[in-house]
Amino acid sequence: MDKMINLKINGRDVTVKAGTTILDAARQIAVKIPTLCWHPDLDPWASCGICVVKINGSSKMLRACTAAVEEGMSVITHDTEIVEVRKTVIELILSAHPNDCLACPRNLECELQVLAAEFGIREMAYPAIKRNLPQDVSTTSLVLNPEKCVLCSRCAKVCQDVQGVWALEFLSRGENTRVAPAADVSLNDSPCIKCGQCSAHCPVGAIYEKSEEHVVWNALRKPDAYPVVQIAPAVRVAIGEAFGLPAGTVETGKLYAALRQLGFKAVFDTNFGADLTIMEEGSEFIDRFVNKNGPLPLITSCCPAWVDYLEKFYCDMIPYFSTAKSPQAMVGALSKTYYAQKMGIKPDEIFMVSIMPCTAKKFEISRSREMSSSGQKDIDVSLTTREISRMIKSAGINFNSLPNEECDSILGEYTGAGTIFGATGGVMEAALRTVYHLLTKKELDNVNFTDVRGLDGVKEATIDVSGTQVRVAVAHGMAHIAEVLEKVKAAVAEGKETPYHFVEVMACRGGCIGGGGQPYGANDEIRKARAAGIYKDDEMSKKRCSHQNPHIQKVYEEFLEKPLSKKAHDLLHTGYTARPEYRW
Amino acid sequence: MKYKNYILICAGTACESSKADEIYRNLMKELDAHKLLNETQVLKTGCFGFCEKGPIVKVLPDESFYVHVKPEDAKELVEEHIIKGRRVNRLLYNKPCEETNVAKKLDSIGFYQKQVRVVLRNCGFIDPEVIDEYIARDGYAALEKVLFEMSADDIINELKTSGLRGRGGAGFPTWRKGMFTKDAQNEEKFVVCNADEGDPGAYMDRSILEGDPHSVLEAMTIAGKTIGANRGYIYIRAEYPLAIHRLEVAIKQAKEFGLLGENILNSGFNFDIEIRLGAGAFVCGEETALLASLEGRRGMPVPRPPFPAVKGLWGKPTLINNVESYANIPAILTKGGNWFAQFGTESSKGTKVFALTGKITNSGLIEVPMGITLREIIYEIGGGIPNGKKFKAVQTGGPSGGMITADYLDTPIDFDNLIKLGSMMGSGGMIVMDEDDCVVDVSKFYLEFTVDESCGKCSPCRIGGRQLMNYLEKITNGEGTDEDIRKMRLIGHAMQMASLCALGQTAPNPIISTLAYFEDEYMAHIHDRKCPAGKCQKLIRYFINEKCIGCTLCAKKCPVDGCIKGEKKQVHVINQEACIKCGECERVCKFKAVVKI
Amino acid sequence: MSKLTLADLKKLRDEKKKEMVKREEGKTTQIIIGMGTCGIAAGAKEVFDAFLDEIDAKGLTDVAVTQTGCMGKCHVEPTVEVFAPDMPPIVYRDVKTDIAKRIVNEHLIDRKIIADHIFDKPADILK
Repeated sequence: MDKMINLKINGRDVTVKAGTTILDAARQIAVKIPTLCWHPDLDPWASCGICVVKINGSSKMLRACTAAVEEGMSVITHDTEIVEVRKTVIELILSAHPNDCLACPRNLECELQVLAAEFGIREMAYPAIKRNLPQDVSTTSLVLNPEKCVLCSRCAKVCQDVQGVWALEFLSRGENTRVAPAADVSLNDSPCIKCGQCSAHCPVGAIYEKSEEHVVWNALRKPDAYPVVQIAPAVRVAIGEAFGLPAGTVETGKLYAALRQLGFKAVFDTNFGADLTIMEEGSEFIDRFVNKNGPLPLITSCCPAWVDYLEKFYCDMIPYFSTAKSPQAMVGALSKTYYAQKMGIKPDEIFMVSIMPCTAKKFEISRSREMSSSGQKDIDVSLTTREISRMIKSAGINFNSLPNEECDSILGEYTGAGTIFGATGGVMEAALRTVYHLLTKKELDNVNFTDVRGLDGVKEATIDVSGTQVRVAVAHGMAHIAEVLEKVKAAVAEGKETPYHFVEVMACRGGCIGGGGQPYGANDEIRKARAAGIYKDDEMSKKRCSHQNPHIQKVYEEFLEKPLSKKAHDLLHTGYTARPEYRW
Repeated sequence: MKYKNYILICAGTACESSKADEIYRNLMKELDAHKLLNETQVLKTGCFGFCEKGPIVKVLPDESFYVHVKPEDAKELVEEHIIKGRRVNRLLYNKPCEETNVAKKLDSIGFYQKQVRVVLRNCGFIDPEVIDEYIARDGYAALEKVLFEMSADDIINELKTSGLRGRGGAGFPTWRKGMFTKDAQNEEKFVVCNADEGDPGAYMDRSILEGDPHSVLEAMTIAGKTIGANRGYIYIRAEYPLAIHRLEVAIKQAKEFGLLGENILNSGFNFDIEIRLGAGAFVCGEETALLASLEGRRGMPVPRPPFPAVKGLWGKPTLINNVESYANIPAILTKGGNWFAQFGTESSKGTKVFALTGKITNSGLIEVPMGITLREIIYEIGGGIPNGKKFKAVQTGGPSGGMITADYLDTPIDFDNLIKLGSMMGSGGMIVMDEDDCVVDVSKFYLEFTVDESCGKCSPCRIGGRQLMNYLEKITNGEGTDEDIRKMRLIGHAMQMASLCALGQTAPNPIISTLAYFEDEYMAHIHDRKCPAGKCQKLIRYFINEKCIGCTLCAKKCPVDGCIKGEKKQVHVINQEACIKCGECERVCKFKAVVKI
Repeated sequence: MSKLTLADLKKLRDEKKKEMVKREEGKTTQIIIGMGTCGIAAGAKEVFDAFLDEIDAKGLTDVAVTQTGCMGKCHVEPTVEVFAPDMPPIVYRDVKTDIAKRIVNEHLIDRKIIADHIFDKPADILK
């Protein structure tokens, strides 16, 4: 049993586990201690100096985010002196911040702005310190504006500790300290995988998605354009947060309606692409697992940040990678081929927009020539959840009162297997449902593979498919993948049997629901709520296995022939190249 | 021909006026009378720094030390001491504490008289690159005891008895650190020596490592044995090439002798020491930043707890002490904790090494017992303020410390008293200031240092330091306001309370202490737009008064073309617009016609 | 050099101690130059060479020239301590190369102390 510690916070008795920080202990009794650099996903870095508290009997102040509770301790979380110190620190931070809130991408969503409001800042107490640092706009996905940076370290911590990428680091020291890639290369020349977790963890507007709303607005205005749109699985369970709804509320129908009101002529669903991915990737798995056509484990490839990571950090494992494109890319390719043919629209008139929970998807749409398999860019613009919610707001659309609409049928209808792509373990679970069928020609009684769900960094399971044991692993939070891949490499090196047959990887913690383009404020509680929304959508689906999707069956009949066909290969598969971590 | 005796007469200014010359003449006369001039050399030497006892005569080789010698004593000195070999007891110096007027052999006076050399016991005596010399002076005797006679608890108890506190700045009891690390459960532990000395004007650790590197190696090995570690690291700044060289030589020799490495002296204990070079970032003297840097990461502090004793280098329990703390340990274990505890005050035992610099006659490295007063250090050891200037303040604790004024010169120096005075012991820098030093300017100097050396991690230090700096610049430029003082106090308080590490917490100390002791000086800058010390260039003006005879020297020496104008034999005039306030005109004027206001 | 045992170390220490005492008693001639960073910065290395050259030039044998660390007297560096038989140990201050020559000639050969460069010797509390 855990050792328990008794202490007092503001005179109230509290009993918490040994090792709990004062900050967490206070939260347990609903005492709020203001913070800025602290984030529940990350080990405390303790840089901002705002969460200071006093211990009765000591004149010093401690950082609540890192100081552990001690038996008999009596904590004071606020008094005149503490508030004065905190306010001074906030005023100092503001003096080194541009304070151009009205033109800031984080306006109304900025944690520093909230602190300034809560502390009643009415004047800039200290003269402004200007830094004149250039922005880094080198990637397709992100903008790094070091002038707004408060050096909380969250972006660097998430990049290093959670994602294992180490693209962001502190450079220089003292007042010249800034966050940038090591050796001061641009982000695009750094190991950055564009996952955007930095932007999701930034408390201010120092690093954010490269906004392309204006490109979409312009496309919607062109009379000869045929704008179409697709929405990713994870967007539907998070978009509501932007409109004040609780995390995990499934708002697929309202989102379809909103997109039509914005002017899109057809609304597709990436979930359809997810079902298609399962057909291709599932068949690829059978081909390797049964026919031994290729090495095992088969590793999933629907996450573009992960693809980027593998090409940079594990390029020796490219042969293990599934060649299947991501659902986004599949819907993109089909929209300008199959859909265009069926509807009699010229492919070059179609303007394909994808709504993704992800900043790396902006990178994916031009990552290789296979992303233009239709003869032009398969997807023209990829927007994040945050961008589309801003578009909806700026159009004045009252999202919450919209009716639920259906998506366009041809590239829209999906099964529960498609929707669970949005959560970690979802691709694996969806694949297993179909692999079972492809191997046994039977249908599962229970399609729920709960072993691969949840927020554990690495999940392993062995699934019995009619007597054949399929060993799988699921990893999310990029730093966790090393554990899985090193195991595979070790087995190969020792000539042993592979520890896994099938590995799913998603770069972001929780999978796409925790993507770098999702509404701000994600933590594990919110990730769980969003995932619950995903699984609810799955359970409410009439069909829950990709191969059962009649539209999928139809697209093969009418257009693609069969999984892994020549046509499928041309439109739905891609290739990978070894890339250097740094480009000089 | 060789002399049998040498008579040294102090001929410093003070003794000179106390008739040293006359004594010299009388001694020569007496010696001549006894035909002893070919056996005795009489020498006039520089000041012994012991002027209140002057005139002083010292007879070598038996080193008799005579004080208050009068010219008429020459005869007795020669007849008794030189001829009969009997000391003249009534003139012999004896310490007041001694009961009887026994002859006291003194081989130290002045600079050394107040000093007690524990840490520096071998510095200046042994060749640091010859291990034999260290061994000859009881080197590695403590290690012998530790390996074959003492248990880990014995060692810690001895350190506890000694009362040794960390010499790196904060003064944490060394035995407690050792005990925590010893008690931490882990298969692997480390010993680290913090040799990242970085205070401006401080070079205690460098001198120890250069003069007596084995004392630190021996202490680290002892520490390893005590806590159960087999590996030690010395983190030293790359700017100390000589210290690094001497350490490398010492490590090599110790390994050759079997005093480091596998199975030391056949005891079964293994210990190895590696040198790791730091890039000279001041913040890396902070132990958590040092450990980060040692691991190859960016040197930034992390909050404590956990302390390194629990979770240090590579997450393992780590004992980290600074050079001076280590250098004390072999002496303590050889001579005993009680011996060590005889020096110092109730709360601060032993000695402290200070680097005495600034406006002081005898600048240098000194080791004094804790409890000594600043007056003794500055006037008796340091020989006072040069050029007849007035003492203003002394800064202890480097950029983290504060200024101590003349009112507190008699306070016994120890860890706690210095903190009470708003300063701190720090690592031992001691910078003396005289009336020509402006406290606002000096505060600016220190702050500039900490702003430059801040790691940039935490916002109070990173931004607060810059803001304070800007206010000080404003004030020294004559643009300050009362409101600036209020804001500086607010920022200073926030930095003390909310900075992550000691660098930021103490960075405002020079300002806060000068605001406490010299507020009037700040006010002069703000209200009168004047720098009372005449240091802040923007606030001073040079004028030429009617004493000018028109020699044109100032105009010739002035580096600005056409700034000083005037006809020969006419009073010259300085163009205030053009003047860069270098003060050259004032220095060269032979008629005191150039005045600074 | 073979590794020491406890007994070896104690023996070595006793031997070396005796040598040190000899030096202290002035039975051997030794010149010890303060060669910390402060001494070297003030020219101790050149002084070291000057001693060797002058001792060579005068054909003196049996004079050991060695280095030591900082004696703490940074304001009068370089400092040199001279032990010579039947003479008191003397610490000289501000020893430049010319003074080094004088020390060899006047102190070692003529047995005269150079008055204007005498400094004092550290207290040895541990003795």
